[in-house]
Amino acid sequence: MDPIRVIVQNCVGCNLCVKACAYDAITLSGPVGAREGKPTAVIDLVKCTLCGSCVEACKRYKAIVITRSTFKGQDITKYSGICVFAEHRRGRLASVVPEIIGAARELQKDLSAPVSAILVGNGVRAYAEELLSYGVDEIWMIDHPDIGDFDEDVQAELVAQILMERKPEIFLGGGTVVGRSLLPRVAAKILTGLTADCTELSIDPSTMLLRQTRPAFGGNIMATILTQNHRPQMATVRHKVMKPAEKVGTPQGKVVELTHIPVPKSKLEFIEFVEEKTATVNLVEADVIVSGGRGIKDPKNFALIEKLALATGGAVGASRAAVDSGWIPYSHQVGQTGKTVKPKVYIACGISGAIQHLAGMKGSDMIVAINSDPNAPIFDVAHYGIVGDLFQVIPELVKRLENGV
Amino acid sequence: MKIIVCIKQVPDTTNVRINPETNTLVREGVQSIINPFDVYAIEESIRLKEKHGGAVTALTMGPPQAAEALREAIGLGADNAFLVSDRAFAGADTLATAFALACAIRHLGGADIILMGRQAIDGDTGQVGPGVAENLDISHITDIRKIEEIVDGRIVVERLLEEGYARIAARLPVVLTVVKEINTPRLPSLKGKLAAKKAEIPVLKAADIGAEVERLGLNGSPTQVMKIFTPPKPGGGKKFTGEPAETVGALLAELTAAGITIKGAH
Repeated sequence: MDPIRVIVQNCVGCNLCVKACAYDAITLSGPVGAREGKPTAVIDLVKCTLCGSCVEACKRYKAIVITRSTFKGQDITKYSGICVFAEHRRGRLASVVPEIIGAARELQKDLSAPVSAILVGNGVRAYAEELLSYGVDEIWMIDHPDIGDFDEDVQAELVAQILMERKPEIFLGGGTVVGRSLLPRVAAKILTGLTADCTELSIDPSTMLLRQTRPAFGGNIMATILTQNHRPQMATVRHKVMKPAEKVGTPQGKVVELTHIPVPKSKLEFIEFVEEKTATVNLVEADVIVSGGRGIKDPKNFALIEKLALATGGAVGASRAAVDSGWIPYSHQVGQTGKTVKPKVYIACGISGAIQHLAGMKGSDMIVAINSDPNAPIFDVAHYGIVGDLFQVIPELVKRLENGV
Repeated sequence: MKIIVCIKQVPDTTNVRINPETNTLVREGVQSIINPFDVYAIEESIRLKEKHGGAVTALTMGPPQAAEALREAIGLGADNAFLVSDRAFAGADTLATAFALACAIRHLGGADIILMGRQAIDGDTGQVGPGVAENLDISHITDIRKIEEIVDGRIVVERLLEEGYARIAARLPVVLTVVKEINTPRLPSLKGKLAAKKAEIPVLKAADIGAEVERLGLNGSPTQVMKIFTPPKPGGGKKFTGEPAETVGALLAELTAAGITIKGAH
């Protein structure tokens, strides 16, 4: 039997499932069902990816069901606690770490389970105090001279070993370049589920499972994912979305050194790290970002964006349209296929506000849009908008900021 | 050099719009395309072949119509292509997908370099590359912006990270995921288009690649979708229209009133 089927006697031919299917796999062409004269939904099994959108769309009539044969996971009763990956490199913890600890401590309120952190690397003892100050109960640490900052293969292996030994119920990492490379490797080692780039985490009150919510289809839809039969339930968490953990007055946590786990040799060879010279590139950490889009019209005009960035002490961002046109390097791209940013102020100049761009910046504290089209979707998310020609508005803004008026 | 490029056929999400009244996806006119990041992976694989010799095989897992994406890859210069397609693969999450692709790659005799885009634009996970590498027990490096050199089985790459890039070397075979910065993809040539038209695209089924059925598709996927919903429509704020001097003045007044300074340190 196929895992997805339509229960004809429940189907009213309402068309909601047809609209919900992103793969064009449903048509209303079946026999008359629950409503007279209305054809019922037929699922093209060739196109269907079993994504579940139609089941959700049909929750009122319950006419589409997906059945999965329950396959065996591990003995999940042995797992408890929430664990985070303490990502670090070049002498400091990644700025996403306090955020995932914050998320873990929120979940802790519902699970009443300890929060632990996995800390592996060379000289990582130095980060223990900071981690404990965020309210971590236990640090599972391997501090070893052979673990290089960029030896991701070794780190993944050690993280997998620690997870198998310590058995946390939940394991969270940052939605960073490293987090989104290391955690999938770990998940494939220990054969458990991993949800990428979550923007919301909560505990399902009836099942106590981790509800992992994330955008998909460029932020057009949100999906809530569960990992039912496998442990740990793993997720990466989008940077700059969760509130960082507040520091605790007197840290109570302790460090557990796992010296018995052998450190393998890395197959990767780190050569060097090259910091991007321009201060304007580090979008992820910037307080102010000035971004340019298609409305900039010409690569030369990015100088205007740079001027405003300088006047605001901010970084320069860009929409996909500007990057695809070759006006500015990809490292500046904000959006679904670029960087996710959450500055204090985001100034979008000549950016229409395609979903794919919004996905990367709508978490900003304050959004200012400058666009000549009063109906541009960017104005829907902007707190303040100026309808006008950016070639006039930006110079005016720069002038005022520079002159302090 | 044997190169396999893994691609995915995806709905073109950049053209997906939300119907403001019903708050549902408007799918009309949305075409299936090769995942944009994978186009860069195809280009890079062709460039590697041009430089080092060898052959490029395009590989995808998907429904029968995904063969179209493979034809396009041949049009862009891939030598041959295989479609991993079986009802048993449906509903696969990234773990089951990575497992199936790794089985297919092993069935094809492996490769020196396996390339793919950093993520697909429908799922946006970027998890399949590392998963394939783990299943094949080889190294992987994500977010590659440049392949510097390949000498005596050692590859040197530049990996894009948040605050800069790292130069990293690895022994082949290796799985690499690429970012857009890596190249500028070419358009299909006339010769390529003809080859694409004529190409035979063998279909690999679960039994062909020796994959255990319980690790495939919905059954082999630890994660499951509980709920799908459209995000609430944002409200929009204050809009100023008029002469730049007025609108900029009004904006700055509002920001000041809200206690926000955007004036940089000079």
